[in-house]
Parts: sequence; C-alpha cells; structure tokens
Amino acid sequence: MLASLLRILTLIHKELLVILKDPKSRASLVLPPILQCLIFGYAATYDLNTVPYALVDLDRSATSRELVSKLEGSGIFRRQTTLAQIGQAVTLLNTQKVVLVVVIERDFERQLAGGGKAAVQVIADGRNSNTSGVALGYANTIIADFANDWRSRQGLSGPVVEVTSRAWFNPQLETRWTMIPSLIGTITMMMTMMLTAMSVAREREEGTFDQLLVAPFTPTEIMIGKAVPSMIVGIVQSSAILIVALFWFQIPFAGSLATLSLGLALFLAAAIGFGLFLSSLASNMQQAMILCFVFLMPFMLLSGLMSPVDNMPEVLQYATVINPLKYAISITRRVYLEGAHLTEMLPDMLALVAIAAVTMPVSAWMFRHRLN
Amino acid sequence: MSASEAALVATDVRKTFVRNTGEVVEALAGVSLQVERGALTALVGPDGAGKTTLLRLASGLVVPDSGSLDVIGIDVTRFPQQVQDKISYMPQRFGLYEDLSVQENLDLYADLHGVPQVERNEVYPRLFGMTQLGRFKERPAGKLSGGMKQKLGLACTLVRSPQLLLLDEPTVGVDPLSRRELWEIVFQLVKDGLSVIVSTSYLDEAERCERAVLMHAGRILAEGRPNEITASAKGCCFLVRAPDGMPARSLQARLFGLPDIADAVPEAGRVRVVRRSSAAPPPFELDGKSLEAEAVEPRFEDAFMLLFDAIAGDQRRESHAGIAGQASVNEETVVEVRDLVRMFGNFTAVDHVSFKVRRGEVYGLLGPNGAGKSTTFKMLCGLLPATSGTLHVAGENLLTAGAKARQRLGYVAQKFSLYGQLTVDENLEFFASAYGLRGSSRRERIKALKEQFELDRFSELPSGQLPGGFKQRLALAAALLHQPEILFLDEATTGADPLARRQFWGRITGLSERGVTVIVTTHFMEEAEYCDRIIILDAGKNLAEGTPLDIRAHAETDRDKAPTMEQAFIAIVEKQRRKDKEGGA
Amino acid sequence: MSTRAANRRLAALRRIRALIRKESWQLLRDPSSIAIGIVMPMAMLILFGYGINLDVKNVPVAIVMEDDSAEARSVASAFELSDYFSAMPVKTMAAAQEMLMSSRANAIVRIPTDFARNLKAGNAQVQVIVNGADSNTARISLGYAQGAVGVWAAKEAARSGSSGGVITVESRLWFNEANDSTYFLVPGLIVLVMTLIGAMLTALVMAREWERGTFEALFVTPVNAFEILLGKTVPYFLLGLAGLALCVAGSKLLFGVPLRGSLVILTVVSMLYLLVALGLGLVISSATKNQFIASQVTMLVTYLPAMMLSGFVFDPRSMPVAVQIITYIFPARYFVKLLQTLFLAGNIWSVILPNAAVLAGMAIALLALSVKLTRKRIA
Repeated sequence: MLASLLRILTLIHKELLVILKDPKSRASLVLPPILQCLIFGYAATYDLNTVPYALVDLDRSATSRELVSKLEGSGIFRRQTTLAQIGQAVTLLNTQKVVLVVVIERDFERQLAGGGKAAVQVIADGRNSNTSGVALGYANTIIADFANDWRSRQGLSGPVVEVTSRAWFNPQLETRWTMIPSLIGTITMMMTMMLTAMSVAREREEGTFDQLLVAPFTPTEIMIGKAVPSMIVGIVQSSAILIVALFWFQIPFAGSLATLSLGLALFLAAAIGFGLFLSSLASNMQQAMILCFVFLMPFMLLSGLMSPVDNMPEVLQYATVINPLKYAISITRRVYLEGAHLTEMLPDMLALVAIAAVTMPVSAWMFRHRLN
Repeated sequence: MSASEAALVATDVRKTFVRNTGEVVEALAGVSLQVERGALTALVGPDGAGKTTLLRLASGLVVPDSGSLDVIGIDVTRFPQQVQDKISYMPQRFGLYEDLSVQENLDLYADLHGVPQVERNEVYPRLFGMTQLGRFKERPAGKLSGGMKQKLGLACTLVRSPQLLLLDEPTVGVDPLSRRELWEIVFQLVKDGLSVIVSTSYLDEAERCERAVLMHAGRILAEGRPNEITASAKGCCFLVRAPDGMPARSLQARLFGLPDIADAVPEAGRVRVVRRSSAAPPPFELDGKSLEAEAVEPRFEDAFMLLFDAIAGDQRRESHAGIAGQASVNEETVVEVRDLVRMFGNFTAVDHVSFKVRRGEVYGLLGPNGAGKSTTFKMLCGLLPATSGTLHVAGENLLTAGAKARQRLGYVAQKFSLYGQLTVDENLEFFASAYGLRGSSRRERIKALKEQFELDRFSELPSGQLPGGFKQRLALAAALLHQPEILFLDEATTGADPLARRQFWGRITGLSERGVTVIVTTHFMEEAEYCDRIIILDAGKNLAEGTPLDIRAHAETDRDKAPTMEQAFIAIVEKQRRKDKEGGA
Repeated sequence: MSTRAANRRLAALRRIRALIRKESWQLLRDPSSIAIGIVMPMAMLILFGYGINLDVKNVPVAIVMEDDSAEARSVASAFELSDYFSAMPVKTMAAAQEMLMSSRANAIVRIPTDFARNLKAGNAQVQVIVNGADSNTARISLGYAQGAVGVWAAKEAARSGSSGGVITVESRLWFNEANDSTYFLVPGLIVLVMTLIGAMLTALVMAREWERGTFEALFVTPVNAFEILLGKTVPYFLLGLAGLALCVAGSKLLFGVPLRGSLVILTVVSMLYLLVALGLGLVISSATKNQFIASQVTMLVTYLPAMMLSGFVFDPRSMPVAVQIITYIFPARYFVKLLQTLFLAGNIWSVILPNAAVLAGMAIALLALSVKLTRKRIA
C-alpha cells in the first residue's frame, strides 16, 4: 500500500516536472485561460449599451417630440440621423448603420388624445435576432412608460398596470455575470482534457508508456499518476479564473466556496476521466488531439454556455447526460450566483462522480488491454 | 580531375548549429573534399561526424556558414534549385507518404521529376524488378516493412536518372537480407555510370565502395580507396583464442580495455584483435598466461578502428573496466517460452516459438524485419497478451504478474524511451523511484551509474538533447538502476556507430558476468557473436537455435568454409524461404 | 526560346497536378482529415441548427395569485395562454421563491392582494421576478412578461371604453420576420466550417509534413516552394467549397433559412475568406512546423475568434470599444457580416464591397507571407 502510494507520488512528481519544466509551457498553462477569460468576458455579451437608431417623425407634434426626448433620455438610444420618410431608412438598416428605425406615424398626437390608434412603428435589423430583440425590448418598455406617464398626466382613468420587475442574483441582468462563472468550467475543461489526453499519447508515441508498463506500476497507479497532475493544473486554472471573476469583473460571490470547490473538483475528475478515456483510444498525439477536438465541440455547444439546455430538442437533451460541462455550468452558476447549497447541487455532483467512476477505471483497463 | 568533372567539390565548408540550450555545435569544421563522378563514395564516421550535414548541404537544404560547395559543377549555395533539378537525395528517414500506395508514391516522384510516360513504361518494371516491390504496388507505404520502405524510398529517388545520387544511411534499421538487396541495387546503378555518395555506419558497406571518406567531429580524417585505408592496419590484426571456460566476449572485453590494443571483437568463438602498432608484436598475454593467436589479414573495419583509436581511443576504456573473464551461466532456467503464438487477425506474427534462457546467459533474438522479434519481446515483457502458449519470466507471466515480478527486470526499448524534456538526473531519479529506490540508496545508485556511464557532465541537460550515443547510455543506465536480474534490450544498438556499439557490449559483458540474464534483439549480425546462444526467427517461426558457432556451421558449404555471421544468417533464412515456397507450390 | 518557356510552364503545371493529386488522396484516406473536414461540419450544422436556440419559449413561471379577483385571473390567463410561458399557479410567494431557488421555475409573476382595487384606481402593479443567473433568458422573459401585461391592459382599456392614452407599438423585424435565431446562427456557421477546413486542417497537414520529414526528399526535386503551397491549397480550397455547399444546402433544406442575396456572390466572398484561412493555416504551420503547437495557435488565433469575436453569436456592437477594435483584426468579423447580409438581407453592395475588399487584401497579404516563409530549407 505504502509502496503503491510512493510509486504514485513518483509518477506525479515526474508528470509535474514534464509539465512545469519549460517556462513557456508553464506560462501556457496560466496565461491563455486568463486571457480567454478576459476577452470572452468582454466579448460574450448580449447586452446592448447603446442602440443607434434613425428617427422618422411623421407627426412632428409636441407629443412626438416628447416621446423622442424620452427615448433619448434613457441614454441607450442614440439618434444617428433624422429622416423625412421611411424609404430612406432602408439603406441605413441594410448597411447596419442603425439597429432600429423608429417611425412615429402621422396623427400620433391627435390619435393619442382622441383614443384612436396612436401608432409607433419600430423596425429592427433582424440579421442578429438577438441584438434586435434586445433593442426592441428597450423600445417597448420606454414607449409603454411614456404612455403611462401621459395618461396619468391627463388624469385619465382605466386599467393601468405597472409591471415592476426585479432580477434575482443578477440585478442588472449582465451577460457577463452569467458568462464568466460558466467559463471556469469551459476553459479548464478545454485545457485539462487536452493536457491529459496529449500527455498519455505523447508517452505512447515516444515509447515511455511501455517503459511505465514494464516498471512495477499498476495501470491504476499510472492512471492516478496521470490524473492528479492534470487535476492540479485544473485547480490552478479554475482558481485563476475565479480570481479574475471576483476581483477584475467584481461579480459578487453568493454561495459557499467549499461547495463550489467540491463541485469543480468533481468536474475536473470527470473531464480528466474523459481525457484519459480518449487517450486510451488514440495511438498517437495527432489522433488524441483530433478526438479531443471532436468531443470538446459538442460538449461546449450542448452545455448551456450559450443557450439553455432546456431549450434544446429532447434527443439532444438526453445526449447531454454524459456531458461533464453541463453539470459544471449548472454548479458554477447556481453556487456562484444563486448561492445554492450543497444539497441542491447533489444530483449534478453525483452525475459527475458517475462519469469519473466509469471513464477512469475503463481507461486504466485500456492502458494494458488495448489492441496493438 | 578538374572541378567541372567532379560530382562534388567542397572548399573549407563550415556549418554550426545552435542547440536549444544555447550550446553551439560545430557540425562541419572546414571540410574540403573532391568527389569524382561515376564512382561510389562512402562517408563514414561516428555519430556527430557531420555526414548528414554534408549531404544536406550538397542537396541545397542547408546553407553553409562559409566556404564554397559545388555540386555537379553548380554552386549549390547560390543555385540550389538548379542542383535539385538534377540530383536525387534520399534522407535518412525517407518521407514516404504513408497513406499513399507504393505505386502512388512512385508516380508522385515521377510526376515531380517530369518523367514522361514512355520513359516510365521502361523505368517502372526495372525499379520493381530491382526492389521486388512489384507484388506490393497497391499496398499503402505505411504498411511496408522497414526494409521495403527504404527500397521504395530508393526507387522514388531513381524514377529518373539523376546526375548524382545522395544516400544518407540508407540501411539503418534494415535487416541483413534487405540490406544486401539494397546494396545490389546501388552497385548496379554505379555500374550503369551513376555517381553515388552514401553515408553509412556499416563499415563492411564502406569497404565495398570505390572511395571512402572518414569523418570525425566535422573534419575529414582520411580519404582514399578502402583497400588503401585497410592496408594501414596490415600486421596489426590477430585472431586470439580464449582460455577454456572463458566466453569470447569476456576475453574481448578484457583485451579491448588494454592500452596497446585498438580494437577487439568476438568472431567465430575467438577474438579479433587490432593492435595499435604492427612493430614486433609481443605474444598476447592475459593474467600471466599466454594466449594462442593467429595473424590475419586486416579488414576495413580494423583500419577504421585503428584510425579512431588514435584520436578518441581513451574514451572507451571505462566501459570495459572490471571485467573478470569468467562465465557465470548456471543451469537455472529464468526465461521459458513454450509454443508461443500471437495472431493479429489472420496474420500469425509469432508461430509456435519455444526457447529457454538460463541465468547469466546472453541470448540473442535475430531475424529479418517483421520476423516476430519485437512481438515476442513485447509478450515477454508483458506489454502484449499471447494468443496461446506459455511464457515464464523468472517463473511468472508478466502480463498478469504483480509489481514484484516486474521489479526483477529491466527493459530498454528500441527508441531509448526517455522523457526528452527531463534532464539526465531527473530521468534517473524518476526511474529509480519507480523501482522503489529511496533516499541514500537511490542517490548512491544514481551516482554510481552516472560515473559508470560517464553521464556526469550531462546531468543538467534535457535528455532529448543528448547526443545519440549518450541517449542509449542513459536508457541502459535507467534500466540498470534497480539491479535487475533479467535485462531486455530491443535493438538497442540500431543507428549506433561502431565505437558506441563496442562500449555497449562491454557493459553487457560486465553485466552477464555478474549473473544478469540478457536477452537482446539486433540487426547487426556480428553482434550475435557476443551472445552465448541465439535464435533465428523468420515469419514468426523458429529457424535455428544454438551458439554462434553452431549457427555458422549451418551455413558452411564446400565453397564457403568460414562464412560470416551475416552470411550464415542469410543462408538460413533463404533456405527456409525456399523450402516454404516449394511446400506451398 | 518561347517553346522552352512553354515547356517549362507545362512541366510546372504537371508538378502541381501531381501534388494536388497526392494531397487529395491523402485527404480522402486520412480519417483525421475526414473527421475535421466532414464529420465536424455536419455535427456543427446539426448542433447549431437544433441545439443552440437563443429564442426563449415555454419559460417555466410560477404565478402567485395573492388576489383571487376576476381581474387578477384575467391577467394570469394572459401568461397561461402565451407560448412564451408555461405557467404554474402557486398560492404563496414563499412557495414560488422555493421554485425559483431550486430552478424549477425561471420567473415569478406576483399578482398582489389589492390588484383589483388598485386597478380601478389606475395604479395596479404586477411584480415580475426573474432568475438573473442566466441573464439572457431572464431579459427575454422579462420583455415577454411586460408585453403580455401591456397587451392585456390595452385590451381592458379598449373594453372599458376609456379613450386615449394608448400607444400601439408595431415592431417589425426586418430580414428575420419569424425572429428565429437559426436564421443568423446557421449562416454564421459557414465561418466556423471554413476556418476549420481552411486554417486548422491545412495547418495540421502542412505541419505534419515538416514533422514526418516528408519534405526533405520532396525538396530535392524540381518542385519549388510556390508549387508545394499551391498543391496544398487547392484540395483544401475545394473541400472548403464542399463545406460551403453543405452548409448552404443544410440551412435551406433543414432549417428553411432564406438566401436573399446571390449565390454567386456568396460563393465568391466565401472563396475570399477561404483563401484568408488557408493563408493563415500555411503561415502558422511554416512558423511552427509542429502539429501540436500549430493546432494550439490555430485554435487561439482563428477558431476561437471566429466563434466569439466575429459577430457569429455575440454582436460586436455589444462589446466594449477596445474589444470592438480588436474584432477588426480578425478576418472572421468581415466574413460574418457578409454572410448575415447575403443570407438575410440580400445583395447590399455597400456592405459587400468594403468587407470583401478587406478579405481580399488579407488573403493577398497572408498568401504572399506564406510563400515568403516557405523556403526549401530544413532546420
């Protein structure tokens, strides 16, 4: 038992030396994750801070001007240009100079006062339906507010319902808050899975793997000796990203650090288990790399990182059962932002344990029993 | 000979490289050379002599730092493309496209050289005839054996008639049969008027060339007709008989360590010795007893060793220190293989092979490429399950045996598998700990082996940057840290130069005297002479087993009274193949 | 003299043909090429088409009916009838909070006790609470909730005959009337496929030749560096076009995405981007000469930016100015704009010409650089 433990420590020591020896490879383990976290933290956002728009005011009344100043007073809507007719707006939208064209129809003031159809037309560029959806939402809210104000000023009765809204866990609804915690799992998975798979494949290619098998190591010891260093690297990387999230982006941490750490450790075990499994399928580094790539892609897409898993077709939702990243994103978001407790996260954690419990022994067995 | 008639004229060519560590390596230190056209010229020399660099310079792939180099009358530094249009070059590792078939590889090079269809109709049958690859036209190059790959590489360079052919160690890792076939092709080409420059570490190959250029450390040491060079060893060569009970390799090791002896190798149960001087040889003596010696004619190898001994002789002594000269074989069987079979699909890689190895024996597994040597080896080491049959290494099957059983064996793989990024010290520490050495015993063991293998000065160098010979030393040192009882060596001398091979075998001899059982595979047939017993495998079958002398006797014919080990080997394999063919027909 | 020049050119063409043929055979026989060139694009088409859906439907929402009046039930029914929500009525706020915390509901709609009374007074409130952990879903749900209440209020106002003070907002989504995110994701996918084939695969196979030493013998033939590069690019160029055809056909047949612009222009600009990607792949491989490093670098400088910084999913207009400027370095940015315009908007020359010009410039610069970097030299 002790001998076995010492052998495992030997393997871990060797593996860490190989990984950390070269300053370039040392840097490549920490810098890219932080860099990716920063870039994606800023880039991966659905929020719109400004909406460039074109105004077509066909009414030219005091009320229409009031509406416009309400729009622009929000600080979000920036008028690019004012047009005399809708026809001119086409080019602006086509060339993406503006996101929206707001058309205040003729007779707006009169209809508003007279109880008729006071119409505002909002035309959005749907090439990116997400951006346009957000911009339309802003416009709708402001115009509804304006109508409510107008009515109360006029002392009009009738059903006026005010929707007060609150967002828990992310009051300003910033995409960044959603994205960065998810990136902890995404980035570390990319790195650790590759690292694990490639390190085994490199040993196979260079023949040192045979050397390990001939030495008194058991496959389980080799497996642990490969998994633990990747685990350490993964822990360092996820901590680095966590620090960026906490102190650079200043996203408040709502949950317990212990729960998050446990969740991430289990996730790393599952991801590394997958990496080991892929490496036992590959006979050289090229194959290992391509296998990782082929698996990482759907893992990332079907994880909830970009769109909720619940929105996916049922068949694909079943396929996400084996996706460690799905559980990691659920754990990081819920623990980090919502402050979910350990008991609530148990189903996700058990799933990760199950993934690791299958992939790790299978890959250890494959080390020795792989054909050729 | 005027310059325009020369195939290659080098004037004070220099080239240095910078290692990753910042160390500057002088690959060529002012080489001046003229190679005539229409001749077969050999470049010989130990590792790092600069042979490959010279060939790469000549083919325009590397630019010299200074000096001028004309190839077929063209300044290759200024007009590399013009030279490349006219010459052919076969690098050490010929880059065949492994996904492409034999025919497709050949077509590619024919297309690149612009060989018209009419010419191909004439050239292809000739190439296929020469290389005997005709049967494998459709086979992907990746599925060919090492020898066939080399032959295909050669064929690719010969799709058109070049004005000069450069071959860089074309026979490394190639078995004796394929080697002989390759050389037959080359000789035929030279006979047809082609100029060929070939670099090689096989000295028997150089002996058969018209001219030989001996290089060392980026300089030219000697140049001339091989027989002229050979003549320099006249009167220095003897065959010495070992005293009773002493294996030839032990005597070889003892003699090799003596200061007045330039070279010693076992040969046919005796030891071939080259003395440093031919002047009035005193009788051979060992431990006060005189030895029976017979003067013999020198070979090229003898002269080569004599020349190198003069400049680098003292490097070698350490590997042969402490050899007593006793045989230590006892009757206990430590490795037993019975009816071993390994199938890969329908293909039988190992076909009912049986043999036994006794404690302290040096046992050789010989055979052409694809004979099943490596497969047998992998099964012995527990890296591959057997299809049927039984294997016992120190009484256990290593595939299922625990850590304890594997603790007793050492393994040096074909590629000297080390962690290239780790330093020499780190590699040794890892392997020592892997075998359970700790604390002071580990430190002492590492220190001892580093001294023994002269690795001290490289302690901090990443092992990937070690010179070739030292990689092999480190691999052997790593395998010996835990003092194994049984040592497996898989083609541990492939690509090593003659000097490195002698040092290697000196160490093996020392180990076997201490009772270590050594099992080796090798491509160098003369190395079989170091073994107590050898087994020859071909197509997975056991063709012959016995002492080197027994094996030689197999091949003795009326015509050829004293065949070399290589000739014996070829004779045995060919006889079996003929038999199989008749049986099949 | 001129016949000799012609002969030389013919010989060069033959060599290029031979290299292209060799590359194509390798491409077809190497499982890893097939994995990256064919399997991955297909998988991505399916995953992006069906898996990634940025549109929110059936948001599970807990409706807390603290008021049991007819008016309150009427408001609640606005949520129950909406496609965007799947409403779950609960009695107490505590129960609803519990559902939100345990992720069984993504939003809470609370209709307070005095809703009906306040409604008569003209100042009724409906409280909407969303789970901001997924900010995008939260924001969209919030918008839908406001819309649903607004529509209900307008209807009620019309019914009660009170006049005035109602603004109808007619929103129109040009180019994507159905508001379907597939419409912009699937065409954008072409940028990923092209990047994979053009940059990643080319960098890998080129680095492989350096690594395996296959160039050493090839260099000592009449072939020159330019011919070697051309032999490499042509097959992958064609494979890239096959990928394009796959994506266009897939987006049209599987997902019904319209192609409003001209197929010819789409092909031309895709060719331009493919050349840029190939150029990047060649430059990276000749700079690294190592498959692993080449793949890492390609991933970092081509693939990830194509995914994150191109406007394929995340609109650069949402990014901070500094990041927006960075996005202009990456060719994918220009190509995505072209793709979204050509698919959904049509042949808008004022978009096509400048973006295509940038791509053409990048292609020329990168290909020239790759020719310059590829020397017939080793080590």
